[in-house]
Amino acid sequence: MKPMSAKKESKKPPKDNLVHFSIDGRRVQAQPDWTILETARAHRLHIPTLCFHPAIHPWGSCRLCVVETRLNDKVEVTASCLTKPVAGLEVLTHSSRVMNVRRWVLEMLLAECPASREIKELAAQYGVTSTRFAILDPEEECLKCGRCVAVCHEVVGVQALTFGSRGVAKKLETPYRVPNNACIGCGCCVSVCPTGALQARLDTVRGDLSRRTGHGFAH
Amino acid sequence: MKKIKNTAGLQTLRQTLLEAQDPEMPVVRVCLGPGCLALGAEKVARAFKSAVRNKKIKARVQPLIKGTGCHGFCSQGTLVSLSPANLFYVRVKPEDVAEIVATSLEQGRTVERLLYSDNGARYRSAAEIPFYRAQQKIILKNVGIIDPLDINDALMAGGYQSLAKVLTEMSPEEVLKTVEVSGLRGRGGGGFPTGYKWRRAADNARENPGPVYVIANGEEGDPGAFMDRSIMEGDPHKVIEGMIIGAYALGANQGFLYVRHEYPLAIHHFSIALRQARNRGLLGKNILGSGFDFDLQINRGAGAYVCGEETAIIASLEGRAGEPRTRPPYPAQEGLWGRPTVINNVETWANVPHIMEKGADWYTGLGVPHSTGTKIFSLVGKVKNTGLVEVPMGISLGALVEGIGGGVPGQTHFKAVQTGGPSGGIIPYELKEIFTDYHYHPEEFIAAKKEISVDFDSMAQTGSIMGGGGMIVMDDHDCVVDVARYFLRFLEEESCGKCLPCRLGLKGMLEFLNRFARGQGSPEDIDALESLGQALVDGSLCGLGRAAPNPVLTSIRFFRDEYLAHIVDHKCPAGVCRDLISYRIDPETCNGCGLCAQECPEACITGKKKKLFTIGQEACIRCGVCQDVCPMQAVQVA
Repeated sequence: MKPMSAKKESKKPPKDNLVHFSIDGRRVQAQPDWTILETARAHRLHIPTLCFHPAIHPWGSCRLCVVETRLNDKVEVTASCLTKPVAGLEVLTHSSRVMNVRRWVLEMLLAECPASREIKELAAQYGVTSTRFAILDPEEECLKCGRCVAVCHEVVGVQALTFGSRGVAKKLETPYRVPNNACIGCGCCVSVCPTGALQARLDTVRGDLSRRTGHGFAH
Repeated sequence: MKKIKNTAGLQTLRQTLLEAQDPEMPVVRVCLGPGCLALGAEKVARAFKSAVRNKKIKARVQPLIKGTGCHGFCSQGTLVSLSPANLFYVRVKPEDVAEIVATSLEQGRTVERLLYSDNGARYRSAAEIPFYRAQQKIILKNVGIIDPLDINDALMAGGYQSLAKVLTEMSPEEVLKTVEVSGLRGRGGGGFPTGYKWRRAADNARENPGPVYVIANGEEGDPGAFMDRSIMEGDPHKVIEGMIIGAYALGANQGFLYVRHEYPLAIHHFSIALRQARNRGLLGKNILGSGFDFDLQINRGAGAYVCGEETAIIASLEGRAGEPRTRPPYPAQEGLWGRPTVINNVETWANVPHIMEKGADWYTGLGVPHSTGTKIFSLVGKVKNTGLVEVPMGISLGALVEGIGGGVPGQTHFKAVQTGGPSGGIIPYELKEIFTDYHYHPEEFIAAKKEISVDFDSMAQTGSIMGGGGMIVMDDHDCVVDVARYFLRFLEEESCGKCLPCRLGLKGMLEFLNRFARGQGSPEDIDALESLGQALVDGSLCGLGRAAPNPVLTSIRFFRDEYLAHIVDHKCPAGVCRDLISYRIDPETCNGCGLCAQECPEACITGKKKKLFTIGQEACIRCGVCQDVCPMQAVQVA
């Protein structure tokens, strides 16, 4: 009897734990802690995003991954990188409301980081080739997505990068705007950057390596 | 100050204090709210003190701090009320004090010239004035009556009575139930059911034992709104009492008053009130001998509008930059330091003692179903009576603006009202024909109700929000494009910049509007602006970005003609947008005084005294100074 029951258990994997819902009409299953975006990726369904990276906590800043969710009569547009699905949820990744957000965000990005090849290509995929917004800096590539700040803090364990100012003036900076010795030039920020904007900036972050003390947490 | 040991002690103290009062003793209440202070109220109060001292008559000057500028009459300040004579004097200057003391305090007669008069009628007491008659003061009952710096005054007015009742007669569960049944909804703008919020926090705390926190949101950043400030300045103990009751229901032992730094008077009054409440044993360990511990601390917001958003408050309290995060998890699930947290607006907390005192049934009797109780609105802009108004929910916009507000001076009706602050919407006077092309709006709703009823749900149906309660009234001289531009500029500056649609989208929307204000653009741009606005509504991370396009979207919906006038005809019908107007001097009315030429900063007005003056259009920067100074109203906008 005993082996039988053990077998039964192994035969019925924690199927009840999975969240069953649909993306663009396709039935998908998610592990309980998965977000909609993670589920879509596991099922090889494409949702565009610039700020999401598997190594760090989702930040939700780029809003390109928005999807329309329907449950009973409740229709919402929400960021798929942050939203966990519930059973029976209907997710639309290309509805007109979603595409409206995505196209406008891409048009904003064309004005925000006109020098980025990646963004130009992504925008072109959605039919956005020109922007109606004013371009402030034609050399800019950084979209302030926050990947570098998060990877430095969450993965490397230091805070050599941060955001300064707010709103339109928001900038990627080092704390207190001085090159800091916590940075050893590991390049994690460069490797996660979606547009390569950090490549040219790393040297402005790094301080004097010879003055580093302790175990990488010196500030 | 002696500590009160138990509820019986509270009643004894109150009795003793009340008995010590002489009902015949004249009390002079001078409004010391910022509105009146700006008009010299402090000098008036000082003049009263010295006059009374010199004359040696029995009167005590009770300097009274109240943010509204006394009963909502900022424009009528400094306000002075006398009891028991029940006199209400307006526009009191320091030099009037001697006459008031001599006539009213000594001889018991009225100084007629200082009474409020309107349309030839004079009003002796505040209650008779039409502005107050339609109001129902519950939250503001003590504001303007008690001295906020003296806890004894608050105790005499019934302060902390509800707390005593709750601690002795009610279980936390009963308190929760009462709030749920009362239908109280968050007064900060969202209108989220307070009881539901509390219930969720209490449930989460039970499942996951540990500390619970309560927070009062006093980060009132809307331009033209000062409801919360008035409560915090005028009756801080009511907020404190409400928070203690809430903490008791939720099992919280620590609370935070998050007040914006721009409200120094509110912070000052709160800190004094907290100290006095602690000394009296109403805060701290073992409150009123019940064994319940709770304390409060003040945290100052450093002037960011977005810190009125609850997750941004939490970030700020935790010592991080005040940026919102996505909900869920809601603060009731994971709030301050990951613990269940209840954040309510100051006005919401101030409702709690009243609900506990009189019961949920009494509260549901106020207002309309789904929006119970009263709401404080700050009525400002082009309206005769500006100030704070407390009315039952569900009153119509017309009754509020035209009835209590007295309408627009010099015009038959208002043009529109901006409700809910910068992220609210513009609601026009004429709703009937405009609503026919409004796709969100059910036709039958507008057929049933000609006037918009002011409650959470009705307002949301117009595309606006009730928000915190700011009401900015506009007349024909206000241009909706300019107004939308003003609010967008404010929000663009206050956006934290975390998410792209809000940071870049608001900037982009402003670029569109700036073009319109210069008469540029095409009608298709209006549609583009609408779809961009919708992208912000759908795409932004927090409430700031999601609500930010409201002024633009509602003004396009209701005033598309005015937008078209700018773009197609290159005209600003209200005569506001500088690039589209020109100033001219009417030869018929100009008397040749030359004042305009004197004041013109560009020196572009030429002419000879006693003869006609003309404006050189080339150099004119359209600042409008000439129009302001002209005694003949000869300068006209074309």
